Amino acid sequence: MRFLVGRIIAGIVTLLVVTMLVFGLSRINGDPRSLLISEDTTIDVWDELGREMGLDQPVYRQYLIYVGNLFRGDLGDSTLQRKPVTEILWSRIPNTVRLAFASFLFALLLGIPLGVLSAVKHGRWWDRGIRAFAVLGQALPVFWISLLLIYVFSVGLRWVPVSGNAGWTSIILPTIALGWFGAAGQVRILRSSMLDVLNSEYVRFARAKGLPSRTVIWKHAFHNALIGPITFAALTLAGMVTGSIVVETVFAWPGLGLLAIQAVNNSDYPILQGLILLVTLVYLIVNLMVDILYLIVDPRIRSSD
Amino acid sequence: MTHTVVIGESHWLHRWPVIPVVMLAILIILAVFAPVIAPYDAKLGALEDRHIPPMLFGGDSDHILGTDGLGRDIFSRIVHGAQISILTTAVALGIGGTVGTFLGILSGYFGGWVDELIMRIVDIKYSVPLILIALSLATILGSSIGLLFGLLAFMVWGQFARQVRAEVLSIVKMDYVVAARSAGASPARIMYRHILPGVAGTVAVIGTLQVGAVLLTESSLSFLGAGVPPPTPSWGSMVAEGRLYIDTAWWVSLIPGVFIGLLVVSVTLLGDWIRDHWDPRFK
Repeated sequence: MRFLVGRIIAGIVTLLVVTMLVFGLSRINGDPRSLLISEDTTIDVWDELGREMGLDQPVYRQYLIYVGNLFRGDLGDSTLQRKPVTEILWSRIPNTVRLAFASFLFALLLGIPLGVLSAVKHGRWWDRGIRAFAVLGQALPVFWISLLLIYVFSVGLRWVPVSGNAGWTSIILPTIALGWFGAAGQVRILRSSMLDVLNSEYVRFARAKGLPSRTVIWKHAFHNALIGPITFAALTLAGMVTGSIVVETVFAWPGLGLLAIQAVNNSDYPILQGLILLVTLVYLIVNLMVDILYLIVDPRIRSSD
Repeated sequence: MTHTVVIGESHWLHRWPVIPVVMLAILIILAVFAPVIAPYDAKLGALEDRHIPPMLFGGDSDHILGTDGLGRDIFSRIVHGAQISILTTAVALGIGGTVGTFLGILSGYFGGWVDELIMRIVDIKYSVPLILIALSLATILGSSIGLLFGLLAFMVWGQFARQVRAEVLSIVKMDYVVAARSAGASPARIMYRHILPGVAGTVAVIGTLQVGAVLLTESSLSFLGAGVPPPTPSWGSMVAEGRLYIDTAWWVSLIPGVFIGLLVVSVTLLGDWIRDHWDPRFK
């Protein structure tokens, strides 16, 4: 339990540091108001903004005002859409969550069987083929795989729409593009941890006892080879944020990633800072869940506490 | 367990990842001699030559990899793009590796609150969404190659710090370090003369293993417009430039991506090989 409390405190500290970072970013160019105005901003609005942000006060007071607003859920207004950032983020979250979970499932459903198969068939053709897939999957850039999928399945075969979110078929290509990298990584991690476990004494003992191969592989070996893959799966889920920016841009999938690129194109800084804070928070929560999973999967960690 | 490319059983070449080394050598030669090798200007094209397909797909030997939407020769841009990729990777790993190694040594040598502080900073570094920070900085300051160097260096230093620290923890217990300390050597001297040489191998291995990730991040940032500003060619931005013409001129986008893949596969296989053969602790 002390372990978890420590992690939560560390997470809160991290979040505070990130708020300082975002606060600092907005002041790199001097006056943070320069990031918040548009062409028709009047001098009254400008002065009003200055008072709201406490620009006549010392920097630490400005930061406190800023953090205070964050705690009240006020991330400011989008400079382009003139709507609260929180409202815009909320409207985009469902699409990104759907895509991320579909890709995550795809990565696990493809990565786990291939990883286990590769380890079990160690050194044979199956293994070589799967390893080639794993190396390629991690070496080819996500945006390139996305375009290749579009070229083959939308332009060439005309099976699925090129982009956008129209009908259930439009999620297929983005899911594969975003899940690919995770699947390849999962194969590599699971293969090496399965190999370690398959060579261990207790697995050889289980085999010597005459247990059927399937029981040995799935009950004895797989369960104990899970620590590395769980960490990797969590990293994959967290890493989908980065991937989703690229994939959503290519497929015009209306989620948070596309929002980020739209914000860049329109210099909509409030949206970008909202995204940074949101993504950090999600990353910290995913990591905390992994820590809890460790406690469940590996009794050794539980007892050492 | 090795990741070597199979050449033939029991041949001496079997021990060497020959194909990756050859591919890497070719790409480095292309990059170094880019101005000599590139047949055309990488930044200027002729509009009447736009979207000529590659040689094997209906084009001719004037433009072996075809031309892009501005009539620029893709092969020339690939060659110059290799320069950018290799340069940014080298600079990022140079800066990030130096900073990370320095902090890792401090952390492992002094321990206590120094160690605690540095390792917590590393943890925080991993929680920060780099791509979003990169996009924000590019929005506020405008994209530049200096910014790209900085971002990629920031991306890699944490890994160096963590693993060097772990290595230093075991080195400081060794007799020769203990002896140096009892002989009155200053911490700075011990760290520089006795510990740094001890972690050099680890640093080299981490560096090699990070090359692929750095290259991919560089290309993603360039693809998203937060990398090297145009018209300087980078492989990532070349893919981005061609993406709107994917249905009529696929080569503009897809060819640069093949080169990114080739380069990353080569360094990955080479990195795995170096790890397995030079430093068994990483196995």
